[in-house]
Formats: sequence, C-alpha cells, structure tokens
Amino acid sequence: MVKSFRFVSSDRRVREDRRFVVGRGRFAADIAVPGMRHVALVTSPHPAARILAIGKSEALAMAGVHCVLDGRELAGATQPLLAGLDTPKVPRRPLAVDVARYAGEWVAAVVADTRALAEDAAELVRVDYEPLSFVLDGEAAYAPGSPIVHADHGSNVLLDRTFVWGEVEKDFAESAHRLSLRLNWGRSSTVPIETFAVLASWDAWREILDVYASVQMPRFPEQVALALKLPGSSVRVHNDVDVGGSYGVKRGIKHAVLVGYLSRRLGCPVRLVEDRLENMRGGDGHGPERNFDVEVAFDDAGLIRSMKMRALDNVGAYAGRSPFQLGKPIGAIVGPYRIHSVQYQAIAVTSNKTTQEAVRAFGQSPTNYAIERAIEEVAKHRGLDRLEVRRRNLIRSEEFPYRIPSGTTYDSGDYHAVIDKVVARADYRALVAERDRLRMQGLLAGIGMAACLEPSGANSTFEPLLNPTNETTTYTDSCRINVDLSGAIAATIHTLSAGQGHETLVGIVVGEVLEIDPDRVRVVRPDSLSSLPSQSPVGSRMAIMLGGAAFHAAQKLKARLLAIAAHDLKIPLERATYAGGEVFDRATPQNRRSWSKLVTIAHRFFHRLPPGTEPGLAFTHVMQVPMGGRLPTEDGRVQMYPCFAFEFHLLLIAIDPILGKADIHRYFVGHDCGTVINPKIVRGMTMGGIAHGIGAALCEEFAYDAQGQLIAQTFMDYLLPSAHEVPPVDIVHHVTPSPHTVFGQKGSGESGYLGAPAAIASAVNDALAPLGIVVTSLPIRMAQLADMIAAARAKRA
Amino acid sequence: MRVDLTVNGETYALDVEPRMSLLDCLRERLLLTGAHAGCEHGVCGACTVLLDGAPVRSCLMFAVQADGYDITTIEGLAPGPGELSPIQDAFCETHGMQCGYCTPAMVLTAHALLADNPAPTRAQIVDAVSANLCRCTGYAQIVEAIALAADRMRGLNWPERGW
Repeated sequence: MVKSFRFVSSDRRVREDRRFVVGRGRFAADIAVPGMRHVALVTSPHPAARILAIGKSEALAMAGVHCVLDGRELAGATQPLLAGLDTPKVPRRPLAVDVARYAGEWVAAVVADTRALAEDAAELVRVDYEPLSFVLDGEAAYAPGSPIVHADHGSNVLLDRTFVWGEVEKDFAESAHRLSLRLNWGRSSTVPIETFAVLASWDAWREILDVYASVQMPRFPEQVALALKLPGSSVRVHNDVDVGGSYGVKRGIKHAVLVGYLSRRLGCPVRLVEDRLENMRGGDGHGPERNFDVEVAFDDAGLIRSMKMRALDNVGAYAGRSPFQLGKPIGAIVGPYRIHSVQYQAIAVTSNKTTQEAVRAFGQSPTNYAIERAIEEVAKHRGLDRLEVRRRNLIRSEEFPYRIPSGTTYDSGDYHAVIDKVVARADYRALVAERDRLRMQGLLAGIGMAACLEPSGANSTFEPLLNPTNETTTYTDSCRINVDLSGAIAATIHTLSAGQGHETLVGIVVGEVLEIDPDRVRVVRPDSLSSLPSQSPVGSRMAIMLGGAAFHAAQKLKARLLAIAAHDLKIPLERATYAGGEVFDRATPQNRRSWSKLVTIAHRFFHRLPPGTEPGLAFTHVMQVPMGGRLPTEDGRVQMYPCFAFEFHLLLIAIDPILGKADIHRYFVGHDCGTVINPKIVRGMTMGGIAHGIGAALCEEFAYDAQGQLIAQTFMDYLLPSAHEVPPVDIVHHVTPSPHTVFGQKGSGESGYLGAPAAIASAVNDALAPLGIVVTSLPIRMAQLADMIAAARAKRA
Repeated sequence: MRVDLTVNGETYALDVEPRMSLLDCLRERLLLTGAHAGCEHGVCGACTVLLDGAPVRSCLMFAVQADGYDITTIEGLAPGPGELSPIQDAFCETHGMQCGYCTPAMVLTAHALLADNPAPTRAQIVDAVSANLCRCTGYAQIVEAIALAADRMRGLNWPERGW
C-alpha cells in the first residue's frame, strides 16, 4: 500500500542547486587561508623499486621551497593508515617507505609558496631507484612463485575465503545441466571531475588541526587523528564543504594525513590539490578489477538450482577497504533470482598497480554482471528466450520477505511487475523488429537486458564477516533538530555531501513530519567536533539512514510539542492533536496552542512545562541500520543490507561492423526503489549511474602496459562518456515500499550503475551472436570490437 | 607581467607570472572561484568562461593572453543578489546538476549557445553540452534545462517538445 504524503515524492526543487548555478559552491580548492603553502608530489616511475636515496638539496635550494618530505620521516612520526582486513604486514602510508610498489606512487612531497613552484621543485628531487620484479595480473599475483608486493606478508593474498551456503554439491549432482564461464571486469573508476583536494591548518596554541577536504569516507576524522597520533578532539573536519563528485572514491585519507603532518611540521596551513595525473595514477582511486569463474546447475526449463562463483580481485599495491568490495555482494549473491545454494570464493590479491578504493556499488555491479551473463548462457544452452528464463528464475512478489542462501533477507519487491511495465513501455516486439531492421541495413544490432538489485542502507556487516577481529554491528547516521526562541527550525547533517541533495532530503523529511513547508527548515553541517555519529554517504544509505534519523528527531520534537500543549491546555495527552505546527484539543478544537506559543513555553515558561521536562527544544536521533545489529553466523551467513531496490534494463544497440562503434539507439529502465523522496534527485542518480555504466562497459579502462605503466592517465585516453555517448533514457517507475523504513524508501544512490554494464554486455553479445562471437570482458572498447568482428568475418569467409 | 583583465564588466590591473593560466588568475587573484579545474588539459570543460561571449577553456589560456577581451565568468550571470538568470533558474527547475562542480561551465555553455541560437534542437543542445564533461547526471536534466530556458526566453512557459 503506497501512502500519500505532503512533500515526500513531490517534484520539489533541490535546495542545493541555487548555490551551484551561480558559482557559489564551496569546494575544498576554493578555500584559501592566509599563509597557505602548497604541495606537489614526487612519484615513482617504476612499478616496483627499492628507493636507495632521495636527493633534496637542489629542490630545497630554490627560493620559496620549504620542505621536501620523504616516506621515512613521515612513517617515523605517524601510524599506518587503517586497513579493512587484519593485514598488519601490508602497511599503507601516504609516502612510500624504502620500496615503491606502483608506478605513480608518491615518494616525496614538496612544499612551496605556490603550487607552480612546488611542481618546479619536485622535478629537482633526485631519487635513486633499484628496480625490482613486479606483477600486474591478478591471477599471476595469486599463483605460487609470483613476485611478492609486500615481502613481509609472505604472499600477495589478502583474502581467500570460500563460503558454502546450502547443499551445493548435492544440488549440482541432482541438476540435469551445468555450464561454466570465465568473465573479466576491467579496472575503471568513478573519476570525479573534481580531483581530491585537502587543506590542513594546525593551530599549535589551540592544538587543533582544521581539515577542509573533498572527502567521502566513513570515520574520516578518527582515522586522520589516529594516523597523526593526535587525540580525536584535536582534529576538526569541516563538513560544510561541497564535494565535486565522488561516487565512492574520495577517501583521501593518505592525502589528509600527509598535509596534516606537513602543517604541524611547518607551522603553516598546507594544501594539496591533486592534478589530474596525480589523481588518476597516484590518488588511490581505482575500482575493482575482477576475474569471475561462474558455474551454474540448472534443469531443462532453465531454472537455476545452484551456483559456484570464484571472484578474484586485483586490489593493487596496498590494502584499504577495497577487499570488502568482495564482501558486499554476499548480501545479493543470487541477484533477484531463486538460486537455492551457492558456493562463493572471494580472493583479494595485491599487485603492482594503483591501490583500489571504493567505487559506486562497492563491488556489486561486477557481481551483477557475472550473474546476468550466467543467466544469458543458461538461456542459450536451453534454446530459451532470455527474458523468459529471467522471469522463470525471479523471486515472486508473494515470496517476500525472501531469505537468500547467504543469510540476507530481501525486504520487498515485485520484479515481474517492473519487467512487465518495461516490456510494455518499450513495446518489446517492436524493439525486436527494429533490431532486425538495423541488421538488414548491415549493422550488428542487439537487444540487451539485465535484472538486478541495489542493496541499500549500508550496514558494514562485511567487516565482521571478512575480518573476525572486527565486531562492527552498527553503521549509524544522525540528525539533530533545534527550534530556537523565535520558532526557527535548524536540522543538522554530520557529514559532507557530493551532490546527493542531503539538505533537500532533510528539509523534506522534517517538513513532512511537522507538516510545515520544508523550506522553513534550515539545514546546517556542524564540524566533526560538534557532530553526532555519521558514516558518510556510502552504500545508498542516506535516504534510509539520514532520512530515518531526521524523521525520528522530528517525531521527538512533535511528541514534545504535544506533551507541552496537553499540559498547558489541561487535557489528556491522547486528546491533543498536532496539525501543521499547532496543537489543539480534539474535543474542543478552538482550544489550541500555536507554534510560537509552544516554543515560548518550551524556552521561557518553565512553570508551564510538564513536570520533569527539559526546557528548550533540541532533539537528536542516532539511527541504527534497520535489520542490523547481529554478527555473522559461524558458517558465514549474515543480514548484509536492509533494503533492496530493483532495476530492469532493456536497450537496443547497433554496432558499426567496420569501426566497432557501438551506438545505443533505445534505452529503457524500470526502477523500483520504494517510495521516492525527491523524484528529481532519484532520476538524476539513475541517469548518472547509467552514464557511468556505459563508460564502464564501453570506454573506460585504467590500462597498463607490460612495463607496469598506467597508459590511460588523462581524459584523452581514459574516456568518460560525453553527452553524445549517453542516449535519452526512458525510466519506468514502480513503487514497492520497504517495510523497514520510515516512508517505505529504499536507496538509489547507485541506481543505474548496478545493471547498465550487464545490460550493455548483453546487447553487444546479442549483436555479435550472428558472428558466433561472445564477449566476456568489460570494457568492450571500440578498437577491440572492430578487431574481433574483422577476425570473425575473415574466419567465416 | 602586467595585464589588464576585464571581467564581468570590471577592469583589473594585475601583475602576473607569464605562465599563470587564466583559470588560476581568476581563482587565485580575483577570487572568482566559480570556474573549476577538472583536467587542466582542455577536455572536461569545467574551467569554461566566456571570452567576448564565446566559451573557452581558461585552463588552456594564459592570463596575459586574455588582455583586451571581455571575460564573463559564472559570477557575472546572476542579475542581482539572490536572483537567478533564466538559464540558472531552468537548471534549478530540472535539477540539471548534482555535485555542482561542472555546473558553472554548463550554465556558461548554455548561455553562449542560446545567445547564438535561441531555438536550438535537441541535437544542437547535445552538441554544445558535449564540450563539457559531467560525471553525475548523465546529461539528461542538463539538456532539458537548456531546452526549458530556451523556451522560456522565447516567451513560452513550458517546452512543447515531445522528448
């Protein structure tokens, strides 16, 4: 049952937009303070090398150059950065110590009066290297005998764990058919247009480090303090900084620790704004690079009974939180399908490539791609229609709540209804006819589809699942609402935002609860020392968690107003009725207390407050993740995230057989993220996610040459989709409310990206089917496609 | 090196290093931070400003090269404090942005397009927008914003197009 709302789901403007359209966003690189100095970086030209000596004298001799910091000095004064897994022999630090482990790794930092001077000086830092053997490929790094990236760790394996959920071998033995496939997901990332920027300013008398950073990182202030060996109360991260895009990657911990240390050492504010090369090569923001081996067991009708999946992720040179990107997909390991048992081997290995960080969907999009490829192969094997095989395997609406083999319960959904809507909107038969017409014109045309889930409301349960020393069972977010003596309302956000419209979200939620215009709610961001707990906007969680916290804080305010009014009107509480900011007596509606009267009583008239009531109107709520709070079971079952949005992509692609250029002619997506709080925001996120998915599927790759050099390190060779590459998309909405959230909302922060790569791969494979080619690696880049088509045609001729 | 820059109707006499880019000069010397650095090699367009009305990459130009031109930055578009130009308002109406980082450049690009062509087709809007990269939106709501602005600026209240 869909509830009706005053403001929730209405097509309101996004309040943040006004400052951006006039150029008055406040991004980290916009913040300049007197006496500020600038950092440029000296980077390793080798994928692996011992650092023999760092010659600083020439650089230091330049006027305006203040410091050349090397890794040894920094390591002597700081703690290693926190890693997700318990891997103490794989220490990660801002600057390489004695050994550089990837080309582009930061080896020294130069501080000068201007960035230009710092860059000049960086060129004068002489580093002697002794090149070491290196490994780039993930499977090679996993194999015995590989060069080892961290010698003290003894191998390149950070994680190698096999889970068995259900009777996998029995199910395989009892199934009539099985097939296996090997797939690759290439290394790409979110690559925001704003690079990472951070300014740190140490006040030695107040003993406070002020940090302004373009960051999206859970527990960022604590991690900076820990690494710098400062008490948490000495690090003040400013949350009122706009982040110019992140989609996961703006972790920035090494950047912040570096400039924090430099600011303390030099006694001046220090800023680091990555240039594009520093960002792409050494910013530690690459995404998953994953090999999949998938095996499925199924019957004559194409019903999949069991699946075995091996996923090996090449996480690059150091371990951050990235190995957890193999953990999150455990919470949706069967996608939207009724697969009864699963074996899952998750392997994370180090290599001599740039360090991997969190990327939109935190590993789920590659896994969705693998599941969808398997479904398509099953259909092909049985000679069945791809759509029909999906429909047969999908969980049915009456089966919710539905518990999957890995222990997570899906909250709600009506997958068949969403698919039916999309098929109707697209006129599927007409789409097939259009494909066939394009084929008649000599193009390779194909229809692609993907059905997949967006786990949302991030709980960090993969932490205790993959790291037994970590007992995290909550992943909070919070809101505080103050009503001042004038009756003005201010609500708080305790993290930074990167375009997700959180100020709009909080305004709408508080307005909805209090039945007042959301624009009356001022939304502010206290700094980290005045903040309540927040885990930052990761894992499609803020509609659920920040929205939930704002809802509950507003409910507490409303409850207090009712109590004050009932006491002041001398009526029983149950007769007091709240409406639009006022409270009246249901029995005698003319007896009422206005908003301003109630506020005045709360702030000024203690004698009129119910006994024992705290004066003033200040309410906080720290939100626990719905369905959270439990540790994983011994056999590795866990409730990962609470809510599961569904999306179904359907598209028509045409490939020029000579150029290999793939053009998307039609694109439809059905999206069910429960109750939509702001339609403009959700639509934008879905569109942006699809655009990013087009990039990951067709153009973007952090390619390395055999010598270990990153060869895609500018926007001329790492290709982001432009307005030409992204087609108009017809979004079909469906609403299945979540039972676990205050308005029935689910997350949508990663929507579109969850299924677009799988759907595009499906379309390309349909287009190539007449040539007998199957593409198993993403991205499917134009030149590669042209070569494959030419080779297939030559073979046929 | 001495340079006279005319920015948003005001002239500034500055002494700059010859190698200082126009972008750095606007941001660091004039504190006009609405133009942003994205790639600093001319691809992303986040640094776009208007030179005599035409969009240019301020990261690929030296400040000294801009002497004598009429430079418009995003700070020069709003009619007054708290007010929005029709194009800025249309971007708010369609939510043609998310993080806001590429937005000033997109608004200026739209401004230049509509000054030249008050009734662009969708393809012409896409063509203009394709000069700038946006990583958040997938461009749809940006394209719609420009179409909406064009229609409103021609005196219509709402786009009549089918798309």
